[in-house]
Amino acid sequence: MLRTGVLTEMNDNRVREANFGVIAGAREGDDEVYAFPVNGTADACKDAVQTYGVEKVVDLAVEGAELSSDPETLAKAIADAVRHFELKALLGLNSPRGRDLLARIATILDAPLALDCLKVDLGQGIVTKSHFSGKTLATLKLSGTPLICGIRPNAIRSRPDPREADILPYQASVEGAGRIRVKEVKKAESETIDLTEANIIISGGRPMNSAENFKVLHECADALGGAAVGASRAAVDAGFAPHDMQVGQTGKTVSPQLYIACGISGSIQHFAGMKTAKVIVAVNTDEEAPIFGKCDYGLVGDLFEVVLALTEVLKASS
Amino acid sequence: MQIYVCLKHVPDTVAMINIVGDAGFDESVKFVMNPYDEYAVEEALKIVKQEGGEVIAVTVGKEAAASTIRYAMAMGAHRGIHIQADAQWVDSMVTSQALKKVIHADGTPDLIFTGKQSVDGEGMQTHYRLAAALDMPAVNEVTTFSIQEGKAVAEREVGGGEREMLEISLPCVVGASKGLNEPRYPKMTEIIKSKKKKIDQFNLADLGLETPAASSELLKLEEMPERGQAKMIGGSPKEMAEELVQRLREDAKVL
Ligand SMILES: Cc1cc2nc3c(=O)[nH]c(=O)nc-3n(C[C@H](O)[C@H](O)[C@H](O)COP(=O)(O)OP(=O)(O)OC[C@H]3O[C@@H](n4cnc5c(N)ncnc54)[C@H](O)[C@@H]3O)c2cc1C
Ligand SMILES: Nc1ncnc2c1ncn2[C@@H]1O[C@H](COP(=O)(O)O)[C@@H](O)[C@H]1O
Repeated sequence: MLRTGVLTEMNDNRVREANFGVIAGAREGDDEVYAFPVNGTADACKDAVQTYGVEKVVDLAVEGAELSSDPETLAKAIADAVRHFELKALLGLNSPRGRDLLARIATILDAPLALDCLKVDLGQGIVTKSHFSGKTLATLKLSGTPLICGIRPNAIRSRPDPREADILPYQASVEGAGRIRVKEVKKAESETIDLTEANIIISGGRPMNSAENFKVLHECADALGGAAVGASRAAVDAGFAPHDMQVGQTGKTVSPQLYIACGISGSIQHFAGMKTAKVIVAVNTDEEAPIFGKCDYGLVGDLFEVVLALTEVLKASS
Repeated sequence: MQIYVCLKHVPDTVAMINIVGDAGFDESVKFVMNPYDEYAVEEALKIVKQEGGEVIAVTVGKEAAASTIRYAMAMGAHRGIHIQADAQWVDSMVTSQALKKVIHADGTPDLIFTGKQSVDGEGMQTHYRLAAALDMPAVNEVTTFSIQEGKAVAEREVGGGEREMLEISLPCVVGASKGLNEPRYPKMTEIIKSKKKKIDQFNLADLGLETPAASSELLKLEEMPERGQAKMIGGSPKEMAEELVQRLREDAKVL
């Protein structure tokens, strides 16, 4: 049986939700899946990933090296394990940490790399990803081994497939690189849901009119069961929302199950960041707004009135 | 300080992309410097202003890519190197080998700046491959950068509002992200001066590069699939909200 590796990103020792879709991508060809916990323990990783079909969890160590603060050495260690276990492919999340690690590993292994993939066919070495800032879809053929792919969060649906995984301790025989040191990780000021990995996003545009008014979206986000809140560039440039909330070509690329755009006209630059959402809902006072030509459900009306009503309906029916 | 900046000549992000044949596109649209590479040029110029030295702009691209080098020069870059290729798509493994070869032959980089990604191929890897070829460390998606006591100090966003502070030994390759700086607009006087600056020319085919161990080949380009006709929901705000929730639950099954 062929073997595929999956980098598993963890936060506070919990596997991040979006990783389960990556595992599903690795499982498509019925490969035996090896998980590599990043930033967490093998035990905690095993409990979560075995539900999704992972067979082996690699407990990686390098003598005398602190892997969490040296991305180059961590990449060398994983690359060494990929060779050792003869993995034909390695998948990970296309998150800032994921794509950074995957790129490092690909260069060490002289392997082909495709990041931000929407679909992968590991058997054929074919991937689908965006080109031209989301304007076109490209199909690429990767040659060489192993195939290394970063998957856009939520692009592949997770699929439960329970089994009992084993933990494989592996001591990588690599030297610490010591050229890069993570000195500090600054946490976000407030506990926010990562936009790029959220299942539901509600975003506000220019007519939000103030930072204060974003409270209306946050309340609706809570009623949606913990959605993330985003913004258009017009809202960010006007100072109504911080830059890391911007969705679009020069902001975040997101692929949630549900994207609710409130008072957003639907510019191509905004769409570049959210057009792969499964369902798009638009709320806009202008029935001619371009966004109505590119969404699934359109509501003509004042965003404040509609969002308030939506929050109430959700609260009443939950 | 000798700082190299790697630039890609790409279609303007506002240009319409018309697909031609299986994997080509109509290249008669306006081309510009890859937007993220502007941050790279600006950062290199800032550092050279403080520390002294020169900024050299390097590109692998078709003949027309020379205009992106000229633009970097109008911003203030001192020299340019143009490796001519006969296609817009050159595999990142080949591009990085070509960049390595000419940079190596040209001088001794103290720093190399690139963008975090190109906006046409969105490969997000040329800089990592170049760093590996030159045996330098690479950091990407950098939003603040400085040199302190002979080391590079960089900050990068890692998602969910979290940021990493990194210390990197020099020389290194740095991938610039939005927020690193505000790229300048070239002044008329600089544009005129830039016309006299030197661009060394090479031909990709003549560099004698080995065939890389891996590759990625573009097989097909297609338009992103559009959605069907939107379902418009009418009524009072309350009625709209009720119908929307019902449809999201029962039809779309996303709630
Ligand atoms: C190089 C470049 C990069 C860019 N990158 C991005 C990017 O990353 N992300 C991004 O978003 N934009 C980006 N833009 C900007 C983009 O072109 C648009 O200007 C921007 O998206 C518009 O934001 P908006 O829809 O909020 O505002 P507007 O275009 O002003 O639209 C506001 C909409 O709200 C509607 N409206 C008004 N009042 C109400 C109300 N009370 N209730 C409901 N609806 C109401 C209006 O009918 C209108 O349709 C970029 C532009 C360029 C040139
Ligand atoms: N053809 C090229 N010539 C010079 N630099 C390039 C070229 N392609 C990519 N780069 C650099 O590498 C970065 C990442 O590109 P990419 O790997 O295509 O996303 C870009 O922002 C450029 O700085």
